[in-house]
Amino acid sequence: MTVFNFWLFSGIAIVAAALCITRKSAVASALWLVLTLFSLAALFVMLHAHFLAAIQVMVYAGAIMVLFLFVIMLLQIGHGGPTDLPGWTGRALMVAIGAVLVVELWAVTRVIPSEAIRLPAGTLDQITQREGAVGMISTTLFRDFLVPFEITSILLLAALVGAVVLAKRRL
Amino acid sequence: MLLGPALSVSAILFSLGVLGVLLRRNAIVIFMSVEIMLNAVNLSFVALAEQLGREGQVIVFFVMAVAAAEAAVGLAIIIAIYRHKESVNLNNINLLSG
Repeated sequence: MTVFNFWLFSGIAIVAAALCITRKSAVASALWLVLTLFSLAALFVMLHAHFLAAIQVMVYAGAIMVLFLFVIMLLQIGHGGPTDLPGWTGRALMVAIGAVLVVELWAVTRVIPSEAIRLPAGTLDQITQREGAVGMISTTLFRDFLVPFEITSILLLAALVGAVVLAKRRL
Repeated sequence: MLLGPALSVSAILFSLGVLGVLLRRNAIVIFMSVEIMLNAVNLSFVALAEQLGREGQVIVFFVMAVAAAEAAVGLAIIIAIYRHKESVNLNNINLLSG
């Protein structure tokens, strides 16, 4: 059942991503991207990352996509207009480049980690049972990754100030 | 168990993101393609975290924070450019190419 659901949501994610990059209207692209992000959240659940799935829906499908739609509607570029895709020669060339990239990445990802460094099956399930879905992330985050976590807060503050300075008409 | 399929899906999604950046000239859609690429990488991190330990999930957490910062600053830049050029088509934004 998990395998079936995995392929179902993978299919939805890939089709929605393909539609996202080919739609003429920016609003349509944004909405297909929301579908991609939701399907990826479902995949995260199947890979035992429950907290990240929730964060994916809240931060990506919620906050970041609202920001995108807000800018699209602020600039009034949601309507179709002439397509910005290149001609058929350019499209064929770029699809060929994309196909080569798929093959290369697929070949690279065939590598399975060796048995010696792999965790026994169901380890993450046990950790989730023991510490909870949030505890699984937070114990590692606040113990081993505390300094990167604090640096992230400075990064977000800098992005906040930078976005206001860039977008404001007159300071 | 799902590691191989997840990495394959991740590879396909990443390539779709690259394709979007190559094909489109609309700056906002290019940004969305970059988000697709970041999400593809997140998927591979989560898939590998299932096999190799939970640190991978923490890295995804950081990637999401950086993506949020990148989206905010990038969209602010797009708004600033739109004020000058009245367009988000990259063919019209060619100050550096003379």
